[in-house]
Amino acid sequence: MKAYAFDYVRAATLDEALALLERAGDGGKLVAGGQSLVPALNLRLLAPQLLIDIAHLPELRGITCDDTTIHLGAGTRHVELANSTLVGQHLPLLQMAVRHVAHAAIRNRGTLGGNLAHADPASELPACMIALEAVMLVVGPGGERRIDAADFFKGLYETALGPDEILVRISIARSPAGARFHFNELARRAGDYAMAGLAIAMHGNGLQDVRIRPVFFGIGDRPVLARQAALCLEQAAILQDGLTAAQQALLRDLDPQDDLQADSGTRMQLAQVLLKRGLADLVAQGRG
Amino acid sequence: MTDPLSPLDRPNSYIGRTVPRPNLERLVEGRGTYVSDMTLPRMGHVVFVRSPYAHARILDIDTAAAKQAAGVIAVVTGAELVEQCSPWVGVLSHLKGLKSAPQHAMAVDRVCWQGEAVCAVVANSRAQAEDAVEQVQVRYEELEPVTDMRTALEPHIPVIHPELGDNLAFERSLDAGEVDKAFAEADAVAEAEFVFGRHTGVTLEARAVLADWNPGERRLTVYQGTQAPHMMQNIFAKHLALEEAQVRVVCKDVGGSFGIKVHVYADEMATAALSKRLKRPVKFVADRIESFVTDIHARDHVCKGRIAVKQDGTITAFAIDDLTGIGPYSMYPRTSAIEANQVVNLVGGPYQARNYRARARVVFQNKNVMCQYRAVGHPIACSVTEGLVDLAARAIGMDPLVIRSKNLIRDDAYPTDSPSGLKFEALSHHASLAKLKQMMDYDGLRAEQKRLRQQGIYRGIGIASFIEVTNPSAAFYGVGGARISSQDGVSVRMDATGAIIVQTSLTEQGQGSEALTAQVVASALGVALEKVRVILGDTDNTPYGGGTWASRGAGIGGEAAWQAGKALRMNILKVAGTILQTVPELLDIDQSVVVDKATGRERIGLDEVARITYFRPDTLPADFQAELLATRHYVPRQYPFAFTNGIQASWLEVDTETGFVTLLNHWCVEDCGTIINPQLVDEQIRGGVVQGLGAALFEHCRYDERGQLTNGTMADYLVPMASEMPDIEVGHVVSPTLESELGAKGAGEAGTAGAAAAVANAVNDALDPFAVTITEIPLTPSVILKALGQRSG
Amino acid sequence: MDKKVITLTVNGETHRLQVEPRAHLADVLRDELALTGTHIGCEHGVCGACTIRVDGAITRACLLLAVQAEGAMIETIEGLSETGEIRDLQDAFRNRNALQCGYCTPAMLITAQDLLLHNPTPDRATIRDHISGNYCRCTGYQAIVDAVETVAKARQAAGERP
Repeated sequence: MKAYAFDYVRAATLDEALALLERAGDGGKLVAGGQSLVPALNLRLLAPQLLIDIAHLPELRGITCDDTTIHLGAGTRHVELANSTLVGQHLPLLQMAVRHVAHAAIRNRGTLGGNLAHADPASELPACMIALEAVMLVVGPGGERRIDAADFFKGLYETALGPDEILVRISIARSPAGARFHFNELARRAGDYAMAGLAIAMHGNGLQDVRIRPVFFGIGDRPVLARQAALCLEQAAILQDGLTAAQQALLRDLDPQDDLQADSGTRMQLAQVLLKRGLADLVAQGRG
Repeated sequence: MTDPLSPLDRPNSYIGRTVPRPNLERLVEGRGTYVSDMTLPRMGHVVFVRSPYAHARILDIDTAAAKQAAGVIAVVTGAELVEQCSPWVGVLSHLKGLKSAPQHAMAVDRVCWQGEAVCAVVANSRAQAEDAVEQVQVRYEELEPVTDMRTALEPHIPVIHPELGDNLAFERSLDAGEVDKAFAEADAVAEAEFVFGRHTGVTLEARAVLADWNPGERRLTVYQGTQAPHMMQNIFAKHLALEEAQVRVVCKDVGGSFGIKVHVYADEMATAALSKRLKRPVKFVADRIESFVTDIHARDHVCKGRIAVKQDGTITAFAIDDLTGIGPYSMYPRTSAIEANQVVNLVGGPYQARNYRARARVVFQNKNVMCQYRAVGHPIACSVTEGLVDLAARAIGMDPLVIRSKNLIRDDAYPTDSPSGLKFEALSHHASLAKLKQMMDYDGLRAEQKRLRQQGIYRGIGIASFIEVTNPSAAFYGVGGARISSQDGVSVRMDATGAIIVQTSLTEQGQGSEALTAQVVASALGVALEKVRVILGDTDNTPYGGGTWASRGAGIGGEAAWQAGKALRMNILKVAGTILQTVPELLDIDQSVVVDKATGRERIGLDEVARITYFRPDTLPADFQAELLATRHYVPRQYPFAFTNGIQASWLEVDTETGFVTLLNHWCVEDCGTIINPQLVDEQIRGGVVQGLGAALFEHCRYDERGQLTNGTMADYLVPMASEMPDIEVGHVVSPTLESELGAKGAGEAGTAGAAAAVANAVNDALDPFAVTITEIPLTPSVILKALGQRSG
Repeated sequence: MDKKVITLTVNGETHRLQVEPRAHLADVLRDELALTGTHIGCEHGVCGACTIRVDGAITRACLLLAVQAEGAMIETIEGLSETGEIRDLQDAFRNRNALQCGYCTPAMLITAQDLLLHNPTPDRATIRDHISGNYCRCTGYQAIVDAVETVAKARQAAGERP
């Protein structure tokens, strides 16, 4: 399968990229790592007129940290996330997750920004962003916008990004001491898209002040923060005691569909099992 | 047990030795030549306009715009190509009642499966051809597709080929012994419906063919990754109105075949026809998406099975009713009835029970064509048989190994035959079972299973005995009128420096045909392996033969190589005898030197014999003509097939909360007679097992009710990858066939024959505490959760 | 759409090529530079047959447009063979019959080398995990794992000698 013909330009600066994108209108498409875009091009699922290469934009590079926040450039490659000491120290959830992203060759090229902008509902990182309450810095002709992760993922391959906008940076507040994280997914084969997956960020020491953000992916058209399930867990005197109610609450939080890999009943079952196992893991972490 | 000295016990024999294959260096350096790598001057690339509908009438095709597109050489419709290529019908006379309709290289009036080619665009590059394909306007009138094999014969279902009367391609029935009596008198009867997901080969190198009609030479050369070049030579000649001598088929390196590339594909015939029409080379390389909808599919079966058993464990009868849904045409020339025919032949094969009833029906569907893929009907037959045996064991409370011990044909019962008429020369079911039990530490695993069950961890052991067809004689295809050779030929010659050149009609797709040929010849002659060069895969430059399929390479091509090697050795010794003034019987060859047989004393080097023969014949007697070339052919005559046998076991864990299966270990004991290269045989078994594991857990061509293949990409059709596959332990028992001197039988398909059966039995064994039995594959999490009643919401 | 003139550095050699932007690197390597050791199996990045090294990192050549590869250091199986970098892996694959048809082999070798460069002492599960993105239909993977394990141990032994 050979792609439709298109033109290609490598942008040198963010401003240049924005100008190119605006001028290209509907026919413009950004490419960074290309690990999601190029298969779609090869399969003739997309027919852009102009590919704007933003892989080398300096404004999208870098992982930095200040007193309150970690900033991840959208152009950060998955392998860089995996190897970064800063990320390992402050955002271990991302390192747990990125191991599951496809395979090494894909992780060497694919970028965080590209992955988030592509918004595949079975992707690991969008769920992590919601769990970590990340804020997306987006730049367009009208200037900068900040979008909460919870509002960023709109549906199947759909985000809050406008057609002329570029995701530049993802900022995540540093977790309080004692924060716990859990990540798991159920995939048929290593590196496959998950049949169901769960990313959890938890603050508090498991007694009164617990805040838990369980975010499911692979179970619908976007990652879903299971609010009702979370409430059941937060309201329980002991975390584990809230499990049964939380699993029941998932029936209200989630609305999985049938697809090639599994029917909705299977997906719901998997989600409930992931929650059970995730909780057990968090509790075990708490014990030391 | 030690055998007396046989002709195979030659000094420095390579028979039974693991040596690296001689042709691997270029492959590890990336210097192989696959057809997809080849270019020829003025070569055009062909891309096909393919039907988006499973069943539709073609109203018209407008090619005007496409012809104007950049880089386009020609745009040709199915109707136009009839001028170059005649249609074919995939039937054989020995499959009584098999009927099929004529199939063209490209659809002419009607398309019958989603993906069938309708029009060809030839352009200077694949990309340009794809661009132009989108400019071709085809108007279709959708017709109702037949997509459910279970209802394909019902009166309200459209008949795909009205001239054939119904959608039944083939039916075979068999009734042996006293089946009704056996079921009536049984202490227990078990039955189940076994469902098999249609799947496909997914060769990593897609189908590729480069056809070169040279008008100056009036010859067609086709570079093709086919397993049977002589068969293709005949078919290209027949359908392109050429003499066979005008056709040369050349096989380069092939990126995997497993039977996928032994068939005649409409789009490959179209490519050759286009080359003839356009008088220039035309290359077709299927991309992965079209591979999924056009490479043959296989194993789409629903089989009802019943088993009768006595309380003492004696199995008294098997009965099956098998239904398979193929494509709209029986494949050519090997037919799409062979798989079902084999199912009927093979069910119950390892067992003593003489009462057997079977019916198999093959129905047409508007889905991709279906035909022989590695192990053909064996996986179905083995899964049904072994699944029924386990059900019988469960019904009477007997251990699965014990019930098999009671019922497998005894190792001293040969020769014998099966109720379906299969002739067994000598099999070793019991020796194999004993070996398996010891290799896997069966009792230890049972104890572990019991212990872990108490912790809520569910592991299972699955056993599968099987028989496997190898070394087929003319009984397979020839008797039915197919020009598919069941014999093979090998020419061996010694060149001027003592180097040995071998030409064989076998073909290589990675299993080691070249290696086994070289090892056999080197052993027969008495030379080092490095001295032997093998030429294969070229109808101009090899003897006429069948090629490599149905696990016939070692047994048939290997025997031909052995005989040819021996004949050349005798010819060399005749020359040496003349030079040394002695008789050939007193001489032998050892490491390229002629020696005194009795003492080993070196007498004259082969290079010297060659020098005298070729350059100094004046020094030889006037009435003596040296002949340093020998050709021998071989075909099995006594047994229609050389049956092998084996037994496999799977040890796995089922996560009953998620339905996920983890394969922990796998064993296979295989008896394939004399083993020429142990490593190559073991690796064939491992590769074959993994294909069976893929079938058991992952692989499924999923069609919707409109006949659309819904999962035809590498992301959606799941093939086995490294992380999910276990290590596979292989053991052997050796029962040589006495039909040939080498005694080799085949081994290429055994792994695939029994692996899925072993896994299915293991899953059911793991779930025994839940009293569920699942008789469908692939065993996806959904299937397992559904059986456990564990789906939520 | 017009072709673009790009400079590609492949196996240490510089090439000036005219390519369509839509052409992926696997096609350009194979068609323009006759480096056919990089194989195509799916063109959607899943089978791994096209794996090469770009700036030292394993990469799917079918998912990288040639125009994106300008300025990068590209290494294919031909280059790794000529420098001898993977000679021990190639010998081990041959001795263990860790290849049958050979189509997945160039990518497997490059991926195995990538593993050993990053993790010189992988256990079998780690080896399987690292090659889990490379489809092989012939071997069933065990022989490949054996061959990589053999080389890992040999390199360690060689490294430990004084």
